[in-house]
Amino acid sequence: MADATFEPKIIAFLCNWCSYRAADLAGTSRIKYPPNLRMIRVMCSGRVDPTFVLKAFALGADGVMIAGCHPGECHYLEQNYKTMRRFAMLRHTLRKLGLEEGRVRLQWASAAEGAQLARAIRDMTEEVRALGPLNWPAQWSEEDGSIETAIQRLEEEHAQAMEVAA
Amino acid sequence: MTEPNGKGVLALYWAASCGGCEIAVLGIDDKILKVAEAFDIVFWPCAVDGKVHDIEKMPDKSIDLCLFNGAIRTSEQEYMARLLRAKSKALVAFGSCAHEGCIPALANMNSREQVFQTAYHDTPSTDNPFGIRPQTETEVPEGTLYLPLFYDTVKTLGQTVQVDYYLPGCPPEADRIWEALVAILENKLPPPGSVSGATTTVCDDCPRTRTEKKIKEFKRTWQIIPDPDICLLEQGLLCCGIATRAGCGALCPQVGSPCIGCYGPNAGVADFGARMMTALASVIDSNDPEEIDRIITEGIPDPVGSFYRFSLANSLLRRKALSNHRLVAEAVPEGG
Repeated sequence: MADATFEPKIIAFLCNWCSYRAADLAGTSRIKYPPNLRMIRVMCSGRVDPTFVLKAFALGADGVMIAGCHPGECHYLEQNYKTMRRFAMLRHTLRKLGLEEGRVRLQWASAAEGAQLARAIRDMTEEVRALGPLNWPAQWSEEDGSIETAIQRLEEEHAQAMEVAA
Repeated sequence: MTEPNGKGVLALYWAASCGGCEIAVLGIDDKILKVAEAFDIVFWPCAVDGKVHDIEKMPDKSIDLCLFNGAIRTSEQEYMARLLRAKSKALVAFGSCAHEGCIPALANMNSREQVFQTAYHDTPSTDNPFGIRPQTETEVPEGTLYLPLFYDTVKTLGQTVQVDYYLPGCPPEADRIWEALVAILENKLPPPGSVSGATTTVCDDCPRTRTEKKIKEFKRTWQIIPDPDICLLEQGLLCCGIATRAGCGALCPQVGSPCIGCYGPNAGVADFGARMMTALASVIDSNDPEEIDRIITEGIPDPVGSFYRFSLANSLLRRKALSNHRLVAEAVPEGG
């Protein structure tokens, strides 16, 4: 599956207080990391509804990262514990739906951990690159034209039946 | 088209469904006579001898109201959905299958190939020595015979054609059906595309006492005899009332059985399962990753069946990954 030209699209939800600042720090520290992440700033990792993750996959993302403050350091006291539980629930469900585990990642990164976040981004990008494109919408699009052919055939059959009746 | 006798024109149809929705229409009891007073029923395969070609001959938009139950899994059902869409002024996705896919859409956990393998080969009662499978085309001396195409992925009615109103439930409760019919008869229709019924959750109708939900363990229904007065979720039963649209009157929790979510997601919720995941994550009483994993994997062995029992086709991901699309090894066996 590994394709040298494949550039994974990864959506990342970063919390305002730690992880987004870690990404800022990585930038101001001139730490290189791959440009495959589309970062979305949220006020807290606890804001990340599993709907966001599912929607990202449904719209064609290859991977989703959720990043927040370390457990015990949440700006909103303990919302990242909620994230931890929610993520476990989401990962358990996605596994059953046949998504590889490497496509979702929960990353703790404090505002001081620019280097760690950059490393996590590199790791995840390579992991998703190795997994290959997900292209989830193709799962349900039966696009080979067979449906239209089958429906057209029904119309023809019905038209013929009507001719006989008349 | 209103008939010369001043009546409206009504059609009912079923696609991939169990037939329960047809019975549910009769659940309005003697009020069905009022329906017959107000409407000429032109098509209802379960009860009335109307033919498809009669519908085909009707001008477009000549049916005032079409109640369509069932999901779409074959080309024949898609053809009927398109036909009735073209002929109807108001098309109602009636019941959970048309609304969200319901039980037929759990087939989206398998491919067409797997469904055929089970149905035509693996089941112990199957006697198929020549390995015959349904073909879309079969050549016989008299010519070519056709069968409808069976889809890999079950769709909802709304994913197939434009739907005007949704009437949720498996099946919809008689009172909700009657309310919807009255709304149509009195021309007090909600905005197109809306889901008929309440916007609150089953919890709002449930008489059980709720306090702070904190649970260490999910339990299966056979493991406990639930207390009659306390919230079932607080007792560890995986009750979907928190995410499910009200409308049933909380029938199941009132008799000690957890809500399984047949009324679909509450207003404003895109993905029923995501809402359940969020809600349950708040209820688990642990901050230790290993313990959380244990509570979840042991307590919810079949998360798709628990969270998407009625809504897999209408969920954001719609199905399990097709094995011929990308081969995925299942580490954990299904069910439990």
